[in-house]
Amino acid sequence: MTPVLELSGITKRFGHVTANEDVSLHLDKGEIVSLLGENGAGKTTLMSILFGHYTADEGTVRVEGQELPPGRSRAAIRAGVGMVHQHFALAPNLTVLENVMTGTEPLWKLRSDRAAGRRKLVDLSARFGLKVEPDARVSDLSVGECQRVEILKALYNDARILILDEPTAVLTAQEAESLFATLRQMTGEGLSLIFISHKLHEVMSASDRVVVLRRGKVVAERRTSDTTREELAELMVGRKVERPARPPATPGAVLLEGVDLHVSGKGGASLQGISFKLRAGETLGIIGVSGNGQTTLAGLVSGLMAPDSGALLVKGQTVATHDVPHAIAAGIGRIPEDRNAEGTIGDMATWENAVLERIWSPDFSRRGVVRRAAARSATEDIIKGYDVRGATVDGRIRLLSGGNMQKLILGRVLEAGPDILVAAQPSRGLDEGAIAGVHERLLEARGRGAGVLLISEDLDEVIALSDNIRAIVNGRLSPAIPAERANAQLLGLMMAGDWSAAEAIEAENTHAI
Amino acid sequence: MRFERRDHPSRLLTVLAPIGAILAALVVAGLLIAIAGANPIRAYGLILKGAFGSRLGLSETLTRATPLILTGLAAAVAFRARLWNIGGEGQLYLGALAAPALGMIPIMASLPAPITILLCLAVGAIAGMILLLIPLGLRLRFGVDEVVTTLLLNFVAVLFVSLMIEGAMKDPLAFGWPQSVPVPDSAILPKLMERTRLHAGLLIALAMSVAVWWLQARTVFGMRARAAGLNPRAAAFAGVPLGRTLIAVACLSGGLAGLAGAIEVMGVKGYVTTDLSPSYGYSGIVIAMLANLNPIGVIGAALFSAVMFVGADSMSRALSIPSYIADVTVALSLLTMLVAIFLAQYRIRR
Amino acid sequence: MSVFLDILASVGMWEAVLRIATPLILGTLGVLLCERVGVLNLGIEGIMTFGAMIGWLTVYSGGDLWTGMLVAALGGAMFGFLHALLTVPLGLSQHVTGLGITLFASSFSYYVFRLAVPTASSPPTVEPFRPLEIPLFADIPFLGPVLFNQTAPTYLALVMVALLAWVLYRTPLGLAIRMAGENPHAVDAQGIDPIWLRIGTIMAGSALMGMGGAFLTLAAFNSFFPTMIQGRGWICVALVVFASWRPARALLGALLFAFFDAYQLRLQTVVEGVPYQLFLMLPYVLSIVALILMARRARVPQALMQPYRRGER
Repeated sequence: MTPVLELSGITKRFGHVTANEDVSLHLDKGEIVSLLGENGAGKTTLMSILFGHYTADEGTVRVEGQELPPGRSRAAIRAGVGMVHQHFALAPNLTVLENVMTGTEPLWKLRSDRAAGRRKLVDLSARFGLKVEPDARVSDLSVGECQRVEILKALYNDARILILDEPTAVLTAQEAESLFATLRQMTGEGLSLIFISHKLHEVMSASDRVVVLRRGKVVAERRTSDTTREELAELMVGRKVERPARPPATPGAVLLEGVDLHVSGKGGASLQGISFKLRAGETLGIIGVSGNGQTTLAGLVSGLMAPDSGALLVKGQTVATHDVPHAIAAGIGRIPEDRNAEGTIGDMATWENAVLERIWSPDFSRRGVVRRAAARSATEDIIKGYDVRGATVDGRIRLLSGGNMQKLILGRVLEAGPDILVAAQPSRGLDEGAIAGVHERLLEARGRGAGVLLISEDLDEVIALSDNIRAIVNGRLSPAIPAERANAQLLGLMMAGDWSAAEAIEAENTHAI
Repeated sequence: MRFERRDHPSRLLTVLAPIGAILAALVVAGLLIAIAGANPIRAYGLILKGAFGSRLGLSETLTRATPLILTGLAAAVAFRARLWNIGGEGQLYLGALAAPALGMIPIMASLPAPITILLCLAVGAIAGMILLLIPLGLRLRFGVDEVVTTLLLNFVAVLFVSLMIEGAMKDPLAFGWPQSVPVPDSAILPKLMERTRLHAGLLIALAMSVAVWWLQARTVFGMRARAAGLNPRAAAFAGVPLGRTLIAVACLSGGLAGLAGAIEVMGVKGYVTTDLSPSYGYSGIVIAMLANLNPIGVIGAALFSAVMFVGADSMSRALSIPSYIADVTVALSLLTMLVAIFLAQYRIRR
Repeated sequence: MSVFLDILASVGMWEAVLRIATPLILGTLGVLLCERVGVLNLGIEGIMTFGAMIGWLTVYSGGDLWTGMLVAALGGAMFGFLHALLTVPLGLSQHVTGLGITLFASSFSYYVFRLAVPTASSPPTVEPFRPLEIPLFADIPFLGPVLFNQTAPTYLALVMVALLAWVLYRTPLGLAIRMAGENPHAVDAQGIDPIWLRIGTIMAGSALMGMGGAFLTLAAFNSFFPTMIQGRGWICVALVVFASWRPARALLGALLFAFFDAYQLRLQTVVEGVPYQLFLMLPYVLSIVALILMARRARVPQALMQPYRRGER
């Protein structure tokens, strides 16, 4: 039987970087194949070639035996290939129906047949159990609903092969479960799926077969039933990477305390009366589904916004002026959620990025004039001390890889010797080696007595690094549970807003003390 | 075909970009001259001769370059911080109007010349600032894009000037011509060359270029302004006060444009009319871009424009080619410069 | 007081509203189209100048009036193509490129005009569009002369509003255009090349701008002179924000604007003691007011001013 999809000998270079090298893979009818690999392994490039967004330097793509013309997404769509993008390709100000129908009719038609489109959409949505409101504006939809629209878009184009690029990155655990159920149903209807991910447990539970990509090459292929998470992890990373272990804590005085904080949160989710304590030498992990107030909490502690009511106490003192220089001066180190958008300015030099947030300090400026020599030598120290590879003092920072950018950020923050560290999604988008490095630094800071507020969506990371864990739900904080008591089920309940078990554990602990 | 960002934009290409851009613009303009039936080489020869060939020509070129340096700086500092100040023309006119307005205060006549000059320059700069702070305020308060508002305010400013010079500031001795009262004698800028129009404003403009360069390259303000322009979100995260930084940038930018106007009145004309500026404000945008927003580069770019404008005047008399060819060349060089900068930063792949 | 009302009751005033509105309608629709597909086109001021010049020159050299309009549209599309080339595939700053197009197109227009008409004390004239009376309707009292005794390009502009609204909201092409202005990646994902879509749409929008300019020299006046556009292009850019990127509201905005303009022109002659410059400032000030009123309310196309490059997010 010919496979429904066959990629053979795909090679793609960008300048001197080889994104894909001689990649071949096939997909059978009704099968779910996972494409597993770290960030930058070439998964997305490969799929972009398949979908005609890029032209391969070498190699061919065949759908049901027919070769696809390179670089034509229209041809790919017509051949029945559908793609669900990681960053949704949706227009927020248009309706669901409009998003789905774009490009499905001949452009020069004098009148678009909305009624027929609506019928087809409603049918599909019923058939696959993907509930959507055709006339809803996409900007009003939740992330999960947006993804349903993305899938429906592909189905509307009569896709028989569906590519899902990191589909669960933005979903809650429950949403992800229901997505997997939908995917199974689709294969039942004769669709074939490629599922791109770097999350091992998903790959194990969702797919029939796994293709592992590393540095642009296929390094292994396994039937899911014949492999283990451990084996896949090693194949994906190429070596065994041990994340550092957390030594026992020696909590000291309370360094950071929130008392009934309310923040309206410009643009982001609000905080509705949260209280917490962070002690010296302790890591407090905050978990939660994105959009529940994490960004606002990080922003508040980082000095980007002021609370509407309640108080934030640093070392027992109420913070009066909520701005960045005061926060830094008070000993708060800040690792931002988004390295590229918030943490660095791509077109500025490394040294400027390293000192900008402390440019007001006498170390780096005098009477408004930048002390360039001091700033540059401090940057030199960070580059050396934190092993920021590829960085030069005067080079633009945009050229650094995510991991090295994060090292620079860690360096500029930790060199200031902060007592409190706010780390928001510190390892998001990094590969295993870099993650281990980040974790080591965070544990080091805790070890020398800093309090670490770790805000992360990666549960494994939170369990590994935190002493206590709280969930943030709709701008409120759950009771704290010690990391030792954490398991996936309990954390899932906490993130869903069911705090009874957590309350019991907290009560138990308070008694013990 | 696709474009790929170069990892390391070549220094050489970056330096060559403006030269290539100007050459490309000259070639296209040369075609237009040829179509009009003249020899482009000869035309360019005449332009150079007109601009440099005589003491008078040279002095005129430098006189013309003076306001262009200042409006070029005004655009360059604003664009660096992604403040789209297209209102240089209006700011220049208000700055120009401020000097004679100040002169109408009786006490001014009794002040010594250096103080009068300084006061007039300062008031001119402040007038320019105010005109730019309005659209900036609208942006910060209401989210109104400043491009359109600064453009529209140019027309308002010129009408305001017209209103003043036909009304409260009308020169009663001008035989009914709409022109303002003259600036006080003590505020006239000293001449740099005898029997020419070249005046000390040129030195002020040059000094401003250096000062702006220093401000941008060496001070906390300069670094913050650039950060705010390149990535406002990251700048805010690093503690750059965005609003305050933009206000400071606006004061600098509007001030420089206002200064251009004040200097033009105090150095060249002595009074204000509504044809004081042959689009100095708009040319400033071209000059800033030609200079790749570099304050020192602005001097060279302003000189290029001045040569074209002054030279084209005499060339057009000799060859009966419309002198608008200078505007065409300068405008074209903006477009070619944009492409040249792009090519220095990107490489083309098939 | 009755002076103010007399003006409002005069047929001439209302007739003028539509006449003044016509170039604004065309220009605003042009900007609207460009911005709907995601590109700011500040070239409008220069493109209108070029349309005014080349339309006039075509008729002056013996072409008929409609040929003049057509040439103006083509000329507009040509400069639109230049703008599109620089801003879409190259992704250059739309602000600066647009200004560059304006400076280039207007100085180029003046250059060509001076070449064609070397020296003349008073600018030469052409025979402009005459009002076209629509039979029967023109006889309706008051409304007849106001609405049905306009020049043909005015009718064309009104038809364009309906046409553009239809295209944007009822056809697959319009949906693709709107989507390209919201998220070009989404258009690409559906197999339509956003680059060509944007280029084509900008050219169409610029053609409308060119016609708006030509209306000034072929219908409203009968000659061309430098700086005659007088910021009308910038006003169109403001009107698009006021119109919240919707064609029907663009018509409303242009009419409202033209109403104030026509009113102030007549007030100038009857109100004494107020300098005429204050009246002349009114259009510009009103545009700014319109921007302030709508700035936060309007639903801006999300991808406006964002260049699209494949693979770059």
